[in-house]
This record gives sequence, C-alpha cells and structure tokens, in this order.
Amino acid sequence: MSGHSEFQPTSAPAKWLERRLPILSLLHGAAVAFPTPKNLNYWWTFGGILMFCLGVQILTGIILAMHFTPHVDMAFSSVEHIMRDVNYGWLIRYIHSNGASMFFIAVYIHMFRGLYYGSYKEPRELIWILGVVIYLLMMAAAFFGYVIVWGQMSFWGATVITNLFGAIPVVGDGLLSLLWGGFSVDNPTLNRFFSLHYLVPFLIAGLVILHIWALHVPGNNNPLGIDVKGPQDTVTFHPYYTVKDTFAVVMFMLFFAFFVFYMPNALGDPDNYIEANRLSTPAHIVPEWYLLPYYAILRSIPDKLFGVGAMGLAIVTLFLIPWLDTSRVRSARFRPLYKQFFWLFVIDAVVLGYIGAKPPEGMYLIIGRLATAYYFFHFYIILPVLGLVETPKPLPESISKSVLDKSAAGKPA
Amino acid sequence: MTASHAEEPTRRDFLYIATGAMGAVGAGALAWPFIDQLNPDTSVKALASIEVDISSVAEGAAITVTWRGKPVFIRHRTAEEIAAAEAVDLKELRDPQMDKDRVQKPEWLIMVGVCTHLGCVPLGQKGEYGGWFCPCHGSQYDTSGRIRKGPAPQNLAIPDYVFVTDNRVKIG
Ligand code: HEM
Ligand code: FES
Repeated sequence: MSGHSEFQPTSAPAKWLERRLPILSLLHGAAVAFPTPKNLNYWWTFGGILMFCLGVQILTGIILAMHFTPHVDMAFSSVEHIMRDVNYGWLIRYIHSNGASMFFIAVYIHMFRGLYYGSYKEPRELIWILGVVIYLLMMAAAFFGYVIVWGQMSFWGATVITNLFGAIPVVGDGLLSLLWGGFSVDNPTLNRFFSLHYLVPFLIAGLVILHIWALHVPGNNNPLGIDVKGPQDTVTFHPYYTVKDTFAVVMFMLFFAFFVFYMPNALGDPDNYIEANRLSTPAHIVPEWYLLPYYAILRSIPDKLFGVGAMGLAIVTLFLIPWLDTSRVRSARFRPLYKQFFWLFVIDAVVLGYIGAKPPEGMYLIIGRLATAYYFFHFYIILPVLGLVETPKPLPESISKSVLDKSAAGKPA
Repeated sequence: MTASHAEEPTRRDFLYIATGAMGAVGAGALAWPFIDQLNPDTSVKALASIEVDISSVAEGAAITVTWRGKPVFIRHRTAEEIAAAEAVDLKELRDPQMDKDRVQKPEWLIMVGVCTHLGCVPLGQKGEYGGWFCPCHGSQYDTSGRIRKGPAPQNLAIPDYVFVTDNRVKIG
C-alpha cells in the first residue's frame, strides 16, 4: 500500500503522530499519491460506490439496531415501530432496506466490469477471489437482515435457505439443528441471525481492506487491459480519481434517493409486511431479486441433492474464473469473440433472474433448464476453449499512446 | 539450528510435537462448548410432546397443530382416499412405503406438514394425486403423504404418536 509516497508531514502534531504510527504516509500513499492508469472509465467508479454503500449500511444499521427487538413476538412489531414512531425511522429503514439492493446493483456492475476487462487475470487473481468472498458475505448479510424482520418472506425464506444445508449428506441434519437451535426456524434462529447480521458487515470491512491492499500491489487494471509501462501512463489518485469517484457517488445517490423517496417498496415483497406464520407458506415464495439467478438454478433441477449441488457449484465457479479463462489478453476490447460471449452471459444471467421469480412450471421450467446449462457451459467450455481458438486484435503500444491517439482524433480519451 | 537437525529427532522435536498435540486437543475441547451452544437448548427440548383432542375432526377434514415449531397434519381420511392410498403399486414410488406402515388407524393420517424438499408447508387436497401440493417448488404427495412428483426426496415424515384414548392422540 505504501511505497508510492514521499510524504513528509509538515505540522508538528502530524510529525509527532507519523513517528509513532506512520498512518498518514500510509493513507497518502494509498489514496493521494497512488499512481493510477490515466484511462479509467466510469465502470471503475463502482469500487468507491461500493465503499459508500457499506458505510451507509453500517451507519443506518447501527441506528436500526437501537430500536429493533430480536424476539419472535416483537421483531415484526418493532420494525413497524421504527416505521411509525421513531423520528425519521421510516427514512432510516428505507435507506437500509433499499441500500441492500443498491449495494447489490453496484456489486453486480463491479463484477461484470471485472469479467469484461479481464481484471481477474494474472497478477490480480487474489483480488478477484477476495471480491468473491466479499460477495458471499454480502449475500449472507442481506439474508440475515431480511430474516430478522420476521415477516412471511423472512420466515419462509429462512426455512428454505437453511434447509439447503440439510441436503448435504451425512452431516446435513446435525448442521440444521446447529443453524436453527431448535427443530425449526424459531426464536433462537432469529437471535443468532441478528447477532450475525451485526457481525458480517464488519467482516466485509476487513476484507475490503485486504482487497484494496492486494489491488495496490499490481495497481489497477484499465479498459485496455495492458500493463502500465511508466509514469506517462498514470495520474495520481488525488485529485483525478477522488473527484471522479465523488461525482459518481453523487450520481449514485440520486438514483438511490429516487427509490428511497418515490418507490421504497418496489424492490421488496409485499408478503413481508405480513407477520411470520409458521403454519402457512405464502403461495409464491421468492428470494430478494439479487438471489434470483441462483434460485432459478436450484429449481431447474428436480432433485434435492443435485439442485443444491448445482447452486453451490454456480457460486464456487466464480472462484475458478481466473483459471478457467485461458486467454492472456485481458480486455474484451481486443477479444472479438469473447466480447460477444460476454454479452450472451449477461443475457443468460438476466434470464435466470427472471425465471427465478416465476413459478417452476411449463415454459419457465424449460427456459430455466436451458439457461442453467448455458451458465455452466459459458464457464467450463466457452472460457477455456475461447482462449485457445480466438485471434485477439493487436494491443496498443501503451496507455498514454492510445489516449493521445484518441484525443488527436478528436474523441474523448 | 545446526546441521544435526536433519538427522535424529531430538528431545526438542519431541517436546515441540507433544506441546503442539496437547494444544490441539485443548483447543478442540474448548471449541466444543462454543459449537454446542448453538444446538437446541433444554427449554426447547422440554416442549417436545403435545396432546391433541381429535373428536371434532369430521371425516374428510383435517386440522393442523404445532409440534416442536412445526405443523403436524391430522387428517381424517375418507374411504376413497384410503382405498386410493392402498391401491398404489410400490414400484411407482420414489420412497417406497406401504400405506399401512404410515398409519396406526387407516382413517387417521398423522404426519409432519413439512415438505421434505426445503421445508415449506404443503397445501392439502391439492395436486395431481389428491394429497398435498407444495407451493414452493412443486412437490406432489398422494393421499398417504408419499412423494410422487417434484424435487422432494422423501415421503412426509410420520412423527412418533400414540392414541391415548380413541379421541386423544399424543404426539412426540
Ligand atoms: C453489508 C451490509 C448490510 C446489508 C447488505 C444489510 C441488509 C439488510 C436487509 C436486506 C435488511 C431487511 C430490510 C427490510 O426488509 O426491512 C436489513 C435489516 C436490518 N439490519 Fe441490516 N444490512 C447490513 C448492515 C447492517 C448493520 C451493520 C447493522 C447493525 C449494526 C444492521 C442492522 C439491521 C437491523 C436492526 C435490521 C432490521 C430492521 C429493518 O427491517 O430495517 N444491518 N439489513
Ligand atoms: S419446499 Fe416443497 S417443493 Fe421445495
């Protein structure tokens, strides 16, 4: 992280601090003087947006926890109490509940960015893997949060998701009873999920530090996917990217605010405004939108163990991408075939999401099965084979040359 | 550490391994309470059995009671339902079980109302087999609660129960 900074504190307190804890030079090296490729586009602002999202969830979450009661008899009504009685409680809760969706919108864009520009490739494999771990923890955090509200979808979502672990041979049943602390989803489950819901975001914060630390060893990838060759290819992080990121965060806040103020329940499920009832499953249970593609994969296979296995594999596959992609060229800009398959994969993911929200019957089941097959086909067949058969376009000499050629041609860099 | 290290195991190696092994056993033993606290506690286990009056359940009707936090279906089956359940060829079943092995008295079908797929509560007297239909992922059960179609692997579970009198049943 450090090593890019000739930072010399000038004021006396700064000098005092620096000699005892060199944190100022660390931050200066990481967020001020850090040499950053000069051609990063707006897809690169989503890392900053994600940090903003995490901050928002932690801040609003700590406040909600001050008014929330983690007990089966009171959890649901304490959420209604937050909505009706607590000053600005409605605002804070709507920021938190929509914030989870915003977080996932940002992380999906961030991940697809990585897939398009080959940011997971050597030497950035570990950055990608840490990212996938963060993504898993985000899913856990969002799931726990959704459950503790104790509405109908909370309860039945919790039942279905915890039962997935029951499908594991041999240890499944023991694991279920460890998860539930009872014979079904009940008060002990609610209590432990609340504890974990509070914990996981801080684990995420720790992993974000590792993610950025690992990023700052090779530095950022860039839209051309070629290495930085020298100082002429970079600009300092501050002010160039601090300003660009801030602008992007402000735009994102507008989008976020639109949901919070004008359609705060659009992304949620109305059934979750009904208190949990353990004797009646809602007719149509679906997870939150950000988990739908996995849910579609689960349901497309009419066998408990294999369905759960396929869903698990769909997630584990993400860890393997750096080794499944055999092409050495990073950016899809120079990979004419991969570029098309990338977009096909995006469509496939969207289709899976759509199918996940539909009942598993008739055409939906058939499309769901095809889309599931294509998901695995993309990663296990197309990615490895493409690297061997595709002829990439010639790569530019350097970042600065490409930028200058473009501006000479009158186009924005 | 000198070159002699590569040859005979020394007293130091022995102590090193013995200390490490002790430490591992100790850590394991200490980990157990931290894991076991997650398991059902005594107050949860204490609620493990209930008694139900079934005199008011007419033929063709059913009630749902809660046992260990789970729904239990108590269905007073009709003669046709019993006949349909008994007529099924075991070879057609995913989890083969005779109807008579699933009931104590043929007219009373008592089962845990939890889909063996992922735990939703199936809806009664629905689906292609006249038994139960699970709205979550489409599992279908017959009039004996046996799985016939869909992703669930097993028949609806039968809890331990006894008829205390003709009209009272104790579950658990
Ligand atoms: C990674 C960050 C986080 C994510 C993705 C997340 C997600 C969620 C979600 C989806 C809900 C359900 C919203 C609803 O339908 O009402 C929720 C509720 C809740 N969260 Fe979080 N959360 C995060 C961080 C936190 C933190 C750090 C805390 C506490 C320190 C917290 C405390 C709560 C509380 C008390 C509730 C229940 C009240 C409510 O319904 O709003 N959350 N969270
Ligand atoms: S839970 Fe019943 S079919 Fe999945």
